[in-house]
Amino acid sequence: MPRDSILHEFPPTFAMLDSAQEILRLQSAGEATAVEIVESALASIEASEPSINAFTHIDREVALQAAKRVDDKRRSGQSMGALAGVPVAVKDVLCTKDMPTTCSSEMLRQFRPPYDATVIERLRLADAIIVGKTNMDEFAMGASTETSAFGITRNPWDTTRTPGGSSGGAAACVAAGNVPLSLGSDTGGSIRQPSGFCGVTGLKPTYGRVSRFGLVAFASSLDQVGPIGWSVTDVALMLQVIAGYEPRDSTSLNQDVPDYVSSLQTADLRGLRIGVLRDALDSEGIDDDVRKAVTEAMRVFEDAGAELVDVGLPHSEYWVPTYYVIAPCEASSNLSRYDGAHYGHRSTEVDPAIAQELGPLVATYCQSRGEGFGAEVKRRIMVGTYALSEGYADQYYNQALKARRLIKGDYDAAFSQADLLLGPVSPTPAFRLGEKTDDPIQMYLCDLFTVGANLAGIPAISLPAGHSADGLPLGIQLQAPVLEEARLLFVGSAYQASTDHHRQRPQA
Amino acid sequence: MSIDGYPTTTIIGLEVHVQLKTKTKLFCGCSTQFGAPPNTQVCAVCLGLPGALPVINDQAIELAIRAGLALDCSIPPMTKWDRKQYFYPDLPKGYQISQFDLPICADGFIEIADPADPDQQRHIGIIRAHLEEDAGKSMHDEAAGRSDSKIDLNRCGTPLLEIVSQPDLRSSGEAKAYLSELKLRMTHLDVSDCEMQEGSLRVDANVNLHIDVEGKKVATPIVEIKNMNSFRAVERAIDYEIDRQYDEWEETGHTISDVPKRTFGWDDSKEQTFKQREKEESADYRYFPDPDLLPIRLPVERIDRARANLGELPAQIRTRLQEQYDIKPYDANVIVNEGRTLIEYYEVVASTSGDGRRSSSWIQQDVLRTMNERQCSIDEFPIDSVTLGNLLKQVSSGTLDNTRARDVFTHLLENGGTVDTAIEALGIVAVDGNELETLCQELLEANPKTVEDYHGGKKQAIGALIGQARKKNANANPQQVRETLIRLIESM
Repeated sequence: MPRDSILHEFPPTFAMLDSAQEILRLQSAGEATAVEIVESALASIEASEPSINAFTHIDREVALQAAKRVDDKRRSGQSMGALAGVPVAVKDVLCTKDMPTTCSSEMLRQFRPPYDATVIERLRLADAIIVGKTNMDEFAMGASTETSAFGITRNPWDTTRTPGGSSGGAAACVAAGNVPLSLGSDTGGSIRQPSGFCGVTGLKPTYGRVSRFGLVAFASSLDQVGPIGWSVTDVALMLQVIAGYEPRDSTSLNQDVPDYVSSLQTADLRGLRIGVLRDALDSEGIDDDVRKAVTEAMRVFEDAGAELVDVGLPHSEYWVPTYYVIAPCEASSNLSRYDGAHYGHRSTEVDPAIAQELGPLVATYCQSRGEGFGAEVKRRIMVGTYALSEGYADQYYNQALKARRLIKGDYDAAFSQADLLLGPVSPTPAFRLGEKTDDPIQMYLCDLFTVGANLAGIPAISLPAGHSADGLPLGIQLQAPVLEEARLLFVGSAYQASTDHHRQRPQA
Repeated sequence: MSIDGYPTTTIIGLEVHVQLKTKTKLFCGCSTQFGAPPNTQVCAVCLGLPGALPVINDQAIELAIRAGLALDCSIPPMTKWDRKQYFYPDLPKGYQISQFDLPICADGFIEIADPADPDQQRHIGIIRAHLEEDAGKSMHDEAAGRSDSKIDLNRCGTPLLEIVSQPDLRSSGEAKAYLSELKLRMTHLDVSDCEMQEGSLRVDANVNLHIDVEGKKVATPIVEIKNMNSFRAVERAIDYEIDRQYDEWEETGHTISDVPKRTFGWDDSKEQTFKQREKEESADYRYFPDPDLLPIRLPVERIDRARANLGELPAQIRTRLQEQYDIKPYDANVIVNEGRTLIEYYEVVASTSGDGRRSSSWIQQDVLRTMNERQCSIDEFPIDSVTLGNLLKQVSSGTLDNTRARDVFTHLLENGGTVDTAIEALGIVAVDGNELETLCQELLEANPKTVEDYHGGKKQAIGALIGQARKKNANANPQQVRETLIRLIESM
């Protein structure tokens, strides 16, 4: 369909556009208004939601008003923000003062924060239009978006399958063509794995590159906000908006933000050393299709002039155990605040027998938390509480911190041999809904290749890399040294210049 | 100590929380002002709302460094934050940000005058001092079976420095001396107001006894006493606890290995400690480093700068006052212990009068007593330091005797004004030498018995005549009267 037909259709088939940059161009050329674009996004959401359920909250009126303000601003000749009129969705773990922020939990079903997260403020300053909040695993704990208290999200490529998680809604709504960009959060792979499962591009920035203020904490030393989009170029555009130092987050890095956008889209990778994570490729649990996708990507990079070297990350067998000690420890602490005393779910009928035994206060705590949290959240709180307990902390938490230092050391060594690292995102393509819900260990192993970047604090990107025999998207992952997002984006855009995997869309 | 029986040694360690005098809280920009309406000085950070993050208030770090240096602590090159986890409604995050294994101050000491022998010093070790955020305040109304609790989170996130002493204190008197010295240093350096009534200084006392049972040391179970709201209460609670523990040991025979550490409250009206209801199982706070905050580097240059900015510390002032004004250690101690404004007052009085000793004794006896009677501070004292200095100058030069000087002092207290106007108002004039001699002659003639007694060796007999002389003429200087009487009697 020719692009200029967009104005003559209602709703315009905005999903046919291939980039946020195109949406920006249409508006600056006067070929579409922000209101038209947002209406088209809302129509697209309306059409796909019954089968996908990517959103926990859609605010049609707020979005259209914001779009109108952007159009007015443009008409009055003011300079426009970098995402002016671009509809975006944000994971429901980011605080928004005009929409609920639930973390897909019963605990926060009614919670409306009195402030915007830093990344939300920056999106608004850039004139982006937030159309809604996306579904996720409860408190970002999960790899399939099945632990949400607001129902499961389905993969737009195959609705019997998971979109991945925890940012499943954020990836699914981009894949479904609802919006060109969304914001997710990544603690152990929660941007990259669903991006891989849904055939979209997802970036986890360096720890500290993007402010965590207003990101509801799961595991504070691992959490990072990042963009999910149709292409590397769009992802770069959004990173440019959200990255940078912010004094309200003490762990945010006070380092200049480079220009991520202007140096993209050259296919020349001569002089670049790409380290191939051979052990990951050769590991037993990995799907043949996934292996094939990585191997094909190696050829693409070689054709573009890059040099391939095999590198190892010797302690990678400790990634998942280390992660599943540190993350629950921090989570058990971060989630202590949800006790029903000040906000969030409070049990209305305290069992008199429990009150008798524990006193009314402790009984209220127990029942409020018992009712407000789902099974996976409770499991991790218990694991974390145990691992931090007197007599066990040395065996678990402190041991995990030591392992984490070794894991970082591995990356330092690897990056002395290669400029970036190539490997799979997940061992398999999207699995069937319900397939792993009864087996937490299998679910945790989804993070096999992604948690390393979180433990080391380095940036990593997930790129669409073709499809499996079943027609499911496959992903590859690139990892770079701290603060080298630009390198990931440059190489990623070179890959996307040579391939069209990222242009593939699921059948509606 | 009212213990009969075996000799005992009291072992006391104090944990003191001082609220640091910052304008804003430890991790957010909310005001720390005391007494605001409940829940009006709060924000997302101190309320622990989802997504809010702490940001360190550097002023608190600076004050903690000052405090540490004033306590002769070492300040490590790096300090960090840890989470101390427990559930309570006045702790909105479910954890308190504190410092566990790398406190900002470590290994210091305070020297106090030994209450049993004021010329001796006692060395009291300080294990550590760490920064932490305060919790909110819970107000419980459990009357008539209701369980109605109200929470005020204004105090939540206020910076505290917890100063932990070694168990080096041996009596309630030493505990009080330690607290006084600690408070003096903290207020002197403007680190804290140390107002116990407002909660800006809080004391927990760990107490037990070592009982010497025929050469064998028996330790009683440790009790931590809380809720003491004055230094006096600390003294009384410790003294009560010493007796109680001895009695308990006599009754039960329980020693430190039989009973874990217990928490007792202090009931000021009943004047006794009582066991608090909380469970006795030892709490597991599951400390771990707070991932929201970076460790703090404290370069040696920063510590040196803070040290250079400390100024004169109380101990140094004591020595200087002794040397500069020729006063005794005890007197210097009393003056310095009253704080910076009284020290300044004293120094003006002493230099104006040129008599440091007289200034010291007048301030201790007359000024401090009056302040106490009137419940006023030295800033509110009606007689300014220059006026008192002028008054004492006249006493030293012999123009005024002590009695008349006190009359002037009282007059100034009531009416204000200068020494000269007071003297005039009181009609004080110097008595002519001849007039005085006539007065004395008359008295001796009227009291032959006194002359007899004096010659018989009872020289103090003339005291009565001095009194009579002043009745006849209030301006008669007692010293001159005495001298004249003696001269006349001996020439008889």
